Amino acid sequence: MQMHFEYSVEGGNFSQAGLTSSQVKKTLKQLNVNGAVIKRTVVALYEAEVNIVAHAYGGTILVDIDEEKIVIELRDEGPGIEDIGKTMEIGYSTATPEVREMGFGAGMGLSNMNNNSDLLEITSEVGKGTCVKIINHFKDDNNGNK
Amino acid sequence: MKVAELVEKLELEILGGEQGLDQEISGGYTSDLLSDVMGKAQSGMIWITLQTHKNVMAIASLKELSAIVLVNGARPEADMLAQSGTEGIPVLSTLESTFEISGRIYNILKG
Repeated sequence: MQMHFEYSVEGGNFSQAGLTSSQVKKTLKQLNVNGAVIKRTVVALYEAEVNIVAHAYGGTILVDIDEEKIVIELRDEGPGIEDIGKTMEIGYSTATPEVREMGFGAGMGLSNMNNNSDLLEITSEVGKGTCVKIINHFKDDNNGNK
Repeated sequence: MKVAELVEKLELEILGGEQGLDQEISGGYTSDLLSDVMGKAQSGMIWITLQTHKNVMAIASLKELSAIVLVNGARPEADMLAQSGTEGIPVLSTLESTFEISGRIYNILKG
């Protein structure tokens, strides 16, 4: 089994935030993936998706699924991140006051992504954009097999 | 306890998502920070918040929460209300504060 999906995300459009996460969740459910793995994947993906909406001009989400794992790559065109290490600190955020007022931008997103992915890789070029890669394996050792 | 039973006990106003009133409530989570709910809430929980925009429904749906309670008489924005119907997740409202309603829900679920 090899499945590939592509989604586009519009920067600043909060009414569409979470649509890709919802689609991916549906797909994983149809594939009967372990529920605990679906939950973790959805949390990590949602946070990454919202980050594109909140910080970038736009982006693409590439999803590849095989028997063993899901690989998600979120590529955005945006300001990029100067100090990736700092973004991992809980409470650190560069979100605007408007975004914070909505309850986003509390500086918890990156740690949610980290806690809910088997592999999280962030690369960024200031002034160009950011690429986030998330890999989750379907065989979840903590929660039994699917 | 089902959402409908809690609605009756606490005289909550039902604003949308009536299809979900027979959902079972597994517990509760009180927070206005979306990533906090995303990271910590468990499926089936009822979410107490003052946030009234559509992203609340996206999170409730992704986390499979049982219902949302808006505090201090807050009303949902139109697109949040519409999404509540689409997802079948009830949006409820109370005139009480976050502290008061969280305490009362806690007493009913865990007391």
